[in-house]
Formats: sequence, C-alpha cells, structure tokens
Amino acid sequence: MTLRAALRALRRNKLRSGLTTLGIVIGVAAVIAMVSIGRGANYAVQKQIESLGTNLLMVMPGATTSSGARSGWGGVSTLTVQDAQRIAEESSAIDGVTWFKRAVAQAVYGERNWSTSVQGVSPDYMTVRGWSMAQGEFFGQRDEDTANRVTVLGRTVADELFGPGEDPIGATIRLKDVPFRVIGVLQRKGQTMWGQDQDDVALIPFSTAERRVLGTEFLGAVDMIFATARSAAEISVAEEQITTLLRQRHRIQPGQDDDFTVRDLGEMAQASQTASRVMTSLLLAVASISLLVGGIGIMNILLVSVTERTREIGVRMAVGAKGRHILLQFLVEAIALSLLGGLLGAALGIGSARLVSALAGWPTLVSPGAVFGAVLFSAAVGVFFGFYPARKAASLDPIAALRYE
Amino acid sequence: MAALIEVRDLWKVYEQGDLRVEALRGVTLEIEAGESVAVMGASGSGKSTFMNVLGCLDRPTSGSFRLGGREIANASADERAELRCREIGFVFQSFNLIPRTSALENVELPLVYAGVAAAEQATRANEALRAVGLAGREQHLPNQLSGGQQQRVAIARALVNQPRLILADEPTGNLDTRSSMEILEIFQRLQRESGLTLIVVTHEPDIAAHFARVITFRDGEVISDTRQTPRVAVAGVRA
Ligand SMILES: Nc1ncnc2c1ncn2[C@@H]1O[C@H](COP(=O)(O)OP(=O)(O)OP(=O)(O)O)[C@@H](O)[C@H]1O
Ligand SMILES: [Mg+2]
Repeated sequence: MTLRAALRALRRNKLRSGLTTLGIVIGVAAVIAMVSIGRGANYAVQKQIESLGTNLLMVMPGATTSSGARSGWGGVSTLTVQDAQRIAEESSAIDGVTWFKRAVAQAVYGERNWSTSVQGVSPDYMTVRGWSMAQGEFFGQRDEDTANRVTVLGRTVADELFGPGEDPIGATIRLKDVPFRVIGVLQRKGQTMWGQDQDDVALIPFSTAERRVLGTEFLGAVDMIFATARSAAEISVAEEQITTLLRQRHRIQPGQDDDFTVRDLGEMAQASQTASRVMTSLLLAVASISLLVGGIGIMNILLVSVTERTREIGVRMAVGAKGRHILLQFLVEAIALSLLGGLLGAALGIGSARLVSALAGWPTLVSPGAVFGAVLFSAAVGVFFGFYPARKAASLDPIAALRYE
Repeated sequence: MAALIEVRDLWKVYEQGDLRVEALRGVTLEIEAGESVAVMGASGSGKSTFMNVLGCLDRPTSGSFRLGGREIANASADERAELRCREIGFVFQSFNLIPRTSALENVELPLVYAGVAAAEQATRANEALRAVGLAGREQHLPNQLSGGQQQRVAIARALVNQPRLILADEPTGNLDTRSSMEILEIFQRLQRESGLTLIVVTHEPDIAAHFARVITFRDGEVISDTRQTPRVAVAGVRA
C-alpha cells in the first residue's frame, strides 16, 4: 500500500520524477561503465602478460636515454648471439634464452602477397615465449645447423596467404624472393599492449635468416634477446645478472650508460594496470559526486513535495496516520525514486560499456558485483537524502497541516 | 457510567507576539454516548477550535478532556493518532479527500493506518460507500464527484473504522439544501442504526433543528445548552 501510494505519487509528476532521478541515473551509469571498462582493461593487460610468456625479460640493443626513448633502432645492433649464449650459460636466475633478428619482407604465395615481419629465431624460441603450434611442427637444431629454408607462419600471415580451404603445411611461399617450405602454423597470440599484432610474423631458423634472407653484413648480431627467469621472485636478480654480464662483455666503464636495455614486461604491464586503476578510481570519484548531487536533487524534490502535499499529510494524519506512517511513505518515495534511478543507471551503464566495446574496441567486463553495489548504493542515497524531508513531513502538526494553503 | 465526553474548564489560547487570542475560555460540558449534538455560534466563537480538541487534532492549552473516561488532554502525538484512527471520525467542511485518488482508496485510508488486512480493507470500504449511497462510484476520483457526493465519501471514510464518535465541522457549509438534507439523512440513519455519538457544527438553525441537543458558543464560552425533539430529515437519496 505504501509502495503503491509512493509509486502513484511519483507517476503523478512523471517529468519531475524523471529529472530528479537523472543525477542518480548518470552517477550509477558512470560507476558501472567505469568499472566495466577498468576491469576490461585489467583483464586485457592480464592476458597480455600471459601472452608474452611468464617471467619474461626483453634485452634490446641501445641505451635508454633520460627521456625514455631508445636509440639504436635500425643502427648496428650491439647485441650478439654470443651475448645471448653467455647469458644462458652464466646467469643462474635464468633458465631459458632465445634471440631473433628481424626484417620487414614481402611474403608471396601464388597470387597473394603480404608484407610481414620475417624473424630468424633460435630453436628455443617457442619454449621461451611460451608459444605453441596450431598445426605442423617447429623447426629444430638440424634446420638451424643446415640453414634450411623452412618457415612457421603466424596466424595472420597464414590467413592472408592461404584461402579457407587451403592447407599451408607443405606449401612453398617466397619470403624476400627466397622460396620457403611452410612446416607449421602458430597458435594465435593476439596483440601486444602497444597494439602490435604478434601473429603477423613468419619465423625462420636464425642461420637461414642470416645467410639467405637478411644479408650477411652483421653476422652474429641480434635484434632482441628474450630470457625467462626461473621464477617470478628471481626476475630482478635475473635482470641484474644480465646487466652485469653485458656491461662486462661490452666493456662499459663504471659511470657510463648501458648500450642495451633490459625490460621486465610483467612490470610494464603492471604499471599500465596501476595507471588504469588510478584512472578508474578518479572516474569513480567523479561518479560518486554525481550520485551525491543526485541525492541532493532527490532531497530537494521531496522537500518541495512535502510542502505541496502538506494538506494531504494533514488529511492522512486526521484519519489516523501516525508520524511513522508519513515518514515511511516519503522514505519509500525517496527510495523508489533513487532505486528507479539506480536501475535505469545500471541499464544505461551496461549499455554504454557494451557500446564502448563495440565502437572503440576497448575490452569491457561488466561486473555483477559493481552493478549490484551501485544499485544498492543508490537505494542508500534515497534513504539518506529522503530521511530529512520525510521526517519533516512526519513531524507536521495535524491541524497546522490541514490549515496550510 | 461516565459520559462519553467530559470536558472541564477547557482553555485554548493562541499567542502570536503581543497578540493573545482566547479561542476557548473555560468550556465545561458532558456528552453522553449516542447523543446527537449541534454546535452553533457566531463566526470566531471557537466552535472549530473546540471540535479540533475533541477530534484529537489539537491540544488544549489547559483543562481536562476525557474520552470514554480516559484523560487525553495531554496524550502523545501517537496516542492521539491512535484515537483519531479508531475512536473518532472527522468530517470537514471542505471534504478533504486526497486528490487523484479513487473514492474507494480514500475510504480505505483509515483501515490502512489501523493495520487492517488488504482484502478486508476493500470489503469494508465498499460497504461504507454503499451505506452512504455511493455504490458504483468506487473508482471515481474526487474531481469526478459532486460536492454532496464528495462529502458522502468523506462520511464513509469517517465511518469505516466504526468509531464511537463522529465529529463534523460545518459538513453542509459548502452544499446546497438538497445535498445538505441527504447528509443529514445519512447522519440520522447512522445514529439510529449504530448508536453513534454525533457532534455537528452548523450556522443554520434549519440544520440544527435536526439534532436533539444544541450547544451555542460565544467568544469561547458555552452560552446555552438546550434539548429538543429533532426534526426528521427527508430527502430521497440520489445515488
Ligand atoms: N491558529 C490560530 N492562531 C491564532 N488564532 C486562531 C487560530 N485559530 C483560530 N484562531 C482564533 O480563535 C478564534 C476562534 O476560531 P474558530 O476557528 O474556532 O472559530 P469558529 O467558531 O469555528 O468560526 P467560524 O464559524 O468562522 O468557523 C478566532 O478568533 C480565531 O481568529
Ligand atoms: Mg469554524
């Protein structure tokens, strides 16, 4: 009955009720959308960390300058195969090392061609990167030793060169005009944090790359070394060991900058996660302000409503309503208003999270807990901001209320 | 046995700054259960003030007011609400129905506050509307009813909790003669059938003639209290 009366009172002023709840609607929608987007981003970062390989360290040629930019790209690489091999031999905190050399090259199969990154990699590449085969097999030490012209394609390259019905395994494609036999296709790995497609690669044995494709000028130089630490706890030790070893090998004097860069990708991912968390909390704070403003709006409208309906309150009291009946009536009205706003806001929030996913391509993850919490909180806003007007109504004197004009 | 209403030296004083209005100045009287009383007097003589105290809507400044032997001059707000709910039905000059709310729901209101079960509310409210000749108008809104019909809804609302006492402050003040007669007829029938105690404020001697006792106020005091044989109201009730 109280609920029915409250809903009727709200329906009587549809526009006013609608505008009043708008603050709550926006607040709740913002909270839910923000949490969904934030969670989606975290989830994506988490997946990227996993896709990079666990406990992975990247060693790149070139120093990190104070501005954070690295020099050395495209220049003569300062890292060599021997560096990588020594890291594998001497660093106790490291249990896997792989390296590669790459170049952008045209891949051609029959009529089709596709520009991709051709990477000459050492045989351990798959284990270190934690990558696996979708089809066929990876090349081994024998292919490395004899510089065989075999290639393993990333998913993107395979899809671009081969039609849906065609089997890439056994086909011969040309990389930089050199014929290669496809012996395997990699499992899809997705994008890196900076949006690079990891599946847009053609892997070939390192020796093949040096001798037959990428040219022999910089024999022994590598573009990047990957090393895996034995455990997450040993990552920083591994990083130190690599740095010490390479400084020594490259004869860098104390006080001089490194001519290479070691990066812990997990740490980078975590940093970006922290950034997104900070962003989410900031936006949540803004959303909470919207909820607060919405609450004040509800309080304001209820105060107006109490004044407008003073006579009605008087009549209700005259026929036997106690203070608490009146209190409850207005409180229920406040809660109905804010809950309505909360539910609308939840729908809007979920909707806009979906829309953001669809339009911007950001991953979003709607959290049932956040939806429930936001709706519950909106009800609490109703109780909190509805209480004062409701108590004001309940404490009216019946005769004064009846005489009110 | 004590009278239903016992009022002793009842005062009501309004003070607004330097202005002091003595609306009731030591009213003393008794009204037995089942009586029908007309309250008369000039405008501003304190009739409404007196009725509001009897109706537990207002508190007297001083004096004693016993209802059914129980002192309630200083009852708490909740106790007075309880009395308004169960013991007293109040009818106003301006009807005071809740706007945009059906006749039926208006009549159900006291039952809601008395905590009567929802199913019983409708049954009893329908019964009360039938008793005032408004069967078939249950779903009408107040603004879809004539003044006389609105006042009958208000009477049904006053009756629905089966109170011992009905108070009406100029119930026919806004109505034409014909509607006034209908209201009087209903009051007389109720009183005859259920032994209600009825106190009605009126300015018109023609109306007062329908009550067995007439109390007259002047300047906050009772100046006369007479008994008579009430005239019987006749008006074919239009539904
Ligand atoms: N809230 C109030 N504040 C101050 N004075 C009041 C108040 N209510 C009533 N009065 C005064 O009390 C006196 C009695 O008023 P009351 O309404 O009881 O008269 P009444 O007999 O009902 O008059 P009427 O026949 O016009 O309805 C009047 O002088 C009025 O001005
Ligand atoms: Mg009056």
